[in-house]
Amino acid sequence: MHVTIKINGEDVSRDVEPRRLLVHFIRETPGLTGTHWGCDTSNCGACIVHLDGQPVKSCTVLAVMADGHEVRTVEGLAVDGELDPIQTGFHEKHALHCGFCTPGMMMACRALLDEKAAEGRAPTDHEIRTAISGGICRCTGYMNIVAAVRWAAEHEAQIKQEA
Amino acid sequence: MQTPAPCGYERASTVDGAIASLVELGPTARIIAGGHSLIPMMKLRLATPEHLIDINDLDELAYIRRDGDELRIGAMTRHVELLQSELLAEHFPVFADAEEVIADPVVRNRGTIGGSLCQADPSEDLSAVCSAVKASVVIRGLDPAQPPHTTERVITMHEFHVGPYVTAVGAAELLTEIRIPIRPGAGSAHEKVERRAGDYAISAVSAAVWVDGPTFADVGVALAASGPFTIDVVRAAELLRGQVPSEELFEQAGQIASEDSMPMADSRGPIDYKRHLVGVLTKRALRRATARALRQDI
Repeated sequence: MHVTIKINGEDVSRDVEPRRLLVHFIRETPGLTGTHWGCDTSNCGACIVHLDGQPVKSCTVLAVMADGHEVRTVEGLAVDGELDPIQTGFHEKHALHCGFCTPGMMMACRALLDEKAAEGRAPTDHEIRTAISGGICRCTGYMNIVAAVRWAAEHEAQIKQEA
Repeated sequence: MQTPAPCGYERASTVDGAIASLVELGPTARIIAGGHSLIPMMKLRLATPEHLIDINDLDELAYIRRDGDELRIGAMTRHVELLQSELLAEHFPVFADAEEVIADPVVRNRGTIGGSLCQADPSEDLSAVCSAVKASVVIRGLDPAQPPHTTERVITMHEFHVGPYVTAVGAAELLTEIRIPIRPGAGSAHEKVERRAGDYAISAVSAAVWVDGPTFADVGVALAASGPFTIDVVRAAELLRGQVPSEELFEQAGQIASEDSMPMADSRGPIDYKRHLVGVLTKRALRRATARALRQDI
């Protein structure tokens, strides 16, 4: 089947079998191996991308189901070479070690920050922990990930205030 | 690498169109909604549909609304919407209780109530929730009297559940709606113990009560992950009906639920532990449901 998915603002078209998973469709697109393919059972969260603005596990979505829809991956976070605050937060707070879970964690957290920004507030630690409960990190013990999201939230609020 | 077997795919643009496709393609075709039960089953080749009919475009099946004395939930309503619905929270907080512990927030963005019920996994929470609140389900299929027109039938959760992973929905039928009667004095709660976030329950219990004056007018108790199918603990409901709520009664109901559960020993625990857990969770769920019905703090 011919499928066209808008990935990070650009249409990507390809013929695929209906059984092709979205995670593989994304990774087979040149330059987009940031989305990681992990457990394959929708448990680990390494493959989280945004589908029409909502975080989903791309190992459990068929590429054909995303035909005509918009996908945002970790490569779509930085704008014009400028890192997204969530990326800077992970860097500042050392929220990764091996980095395998990081793209999925950042996409889940980006969605949380957007949702809470719309409510005009920063997420609580409990909300952060809930938001990343669909991801597994075997390096950090999660403490630094929570700190990174908090850092990003504070940083974004500051930028907004200055603007 | 887990990959589903080859299959065909099409998108339905109407409910009748989806049913027409099911009729045309035969019993090897399957509806796909959120896909978060079906795709994992397809990867493991436990499900090998030859054709998928995607109903994600059927926005007309995504709603939670009140219609007279009934709450109506469209089959394509996603878990996240059930969790956040104020209407559901007002009448049946058991849904939010369950949704908080169903999978994880990212999975809840995709999975649907219709898909969960039709999967009929004995460990699945919403089947127990719907049994406890005495929901009925609407199934649409071809009208045998005048095809290709379609018609619907409404059945109880008891009739809906045929067995493990098997429901009353026929090969050329579609679950479209869940209906829950709104009656006065309602309170409901869901209790679940799991090993870690997003895992299947070790055991889970849904309870719903309807109080009238000092006594229970009606009660529903259902168990998930406690046997080969969702267990409607009819004996516990019969015990409580017409009685004045008390800790002793909750204890007895827990005892009955424990006896009527049929857990299997697995990596989540041995049978005696799971039976004990069912008893404890039944008691807690009934206590919390009753407090909500009586608008007490607990």
